[in-house]
Amino acid sequence: MDKIPILKMGKLLLVTIQVDLYDRLAEALEGDLVQMIDKTGAQGVLIDISAVNIIDSFMGRIIGNIATMSKILDAETVVVGMQPAVAITLVELGLPMKGVFSALNVERGMELLQAKIARK
Amino acid sequence: MKNEAIKVLQKKKKNILENWMKFQLTDDGLREDLMSNDELRAQSDELLNALVDTLNDANIEDAGSNDFDPVTDVLSAISISRAKQGYTPRETGAYVFSLKDALMDVLQQEIKDPHELYLHTMRIGKLIDNFSIYIFETFIKGREDVILRQTDEITEISTPVIQVWEGILALPIIGTLDSARTQVVMENLLQKIVESESSIAILDISGVPAVDSLVAQHLIKTVSATRLMGAECIISGIRPEIAQTVVHLGIDLTNVQTKSSLASALKTAFTMLQLQVTRQKLNNATNHN
Repeated sequence: MDKIPILKMGKLLLVTIQVDLYDRLAEALEGDLVQMIDKTGAQGVLIDISAVNIIDSFMGRIIGNIATMSKILDAETVVVGMQPAVAITLVELGLPMKGVFSALNVERGMELLQAKIARK
Repeated sequence: MKNEAIKVLQKKKKNILENWMKFQLTDDGLREDLMSNDELRAQSDELLNALVDTLNDANIEDAGSNDFDPVTDVLSAISISRAKQGYTPRETGAYVFSLKDALMDVLQQEIKDPHELYLHTMRIGKLIDNFSIYIFETFIKGREDVILRQTDEITEISTPVIQVWEGILALPIIGTLDSARTQVVMENLLQKIVESESSIAILDISGVPAVDSLVAQHLIKTVSATRLMGAECIISGIRPEIAQTVVHLGIDLTNVQTKSSLASALKTAFTMLQLQVTRQKLNNATNHN
């Protein structure tokens, strides 16, 4: 089975999703990520979904779940690089992803996370 | 046994054509400026041939029969080409009706029994009437296609996304927002946000005549989608009447940043990007006021 790598960069965790997510993969990512936050004590999670072209309500919920779980573990989540079509789909599905912060690209997302961590 | 009328028509095809051409050429509505007489004759010949060749006992009562496909093909080609050439619907209609006159004339000459004549005339008349309806339908459909294309074009050009500053986009919406248009607006805006890496989008609705709950829903969707992309969205150009309707309809816009004018929205955007506009201090030596 494919595995989505989770990279540690200082206080942050970086997840770049390079393939189209399927249900099992997304669930595995959720588990791995929570474990990783606990193990490293990361304060922020950056999820790059710029290569994801298709998203459904399940994926939307998984991403929302990840954000909520990270929040409980005291880490902020930022989703970056969402494709316009994906954004429209999520809105049409009625999933505005509350609690998830977004940024246009990895650079902006990093800035946002750093600012949030500095504020703590 | 073949229907007598059909036999007559097939035998007298030449006469009918001559007759028909005579009717057309003496008609006041003849448009020699749009089509030469030779062309007209060729067109008429094609239609008449198609009609006479497909006519048989079974289908003479049934204009919807598939047997008439060759005829309707010819008719729609004629109708569309005439619509493009600038014929009026009346002229196109008269063209088919004059064929009826020509057919009737021949029938009258060939069939002597009054009862038979009446029967055949009615049948042929009904058939040609159906073809006339068909030619009008095609004519209108041709026009409708043009209207649809223009509507699409208007939707396309009426939603320009303007970059007002580095990182700030403005989208003036003129006209009513419906679902189809919101889709185009949203797609254009999000695409432009990606291209220009802008972090603030200003949605100016001063050109939207009325905001009802559906339009508000569309606006909120656009704002949510922009947020998901990682940009902030400000709605500007809210007129007092619109503010009134929004509150009366009980639409919740508290999660959306709203400004009354584009200028104040731009000011907010500058503040968010930590930009400042200052008046330039002019050097006294170069000041020629």
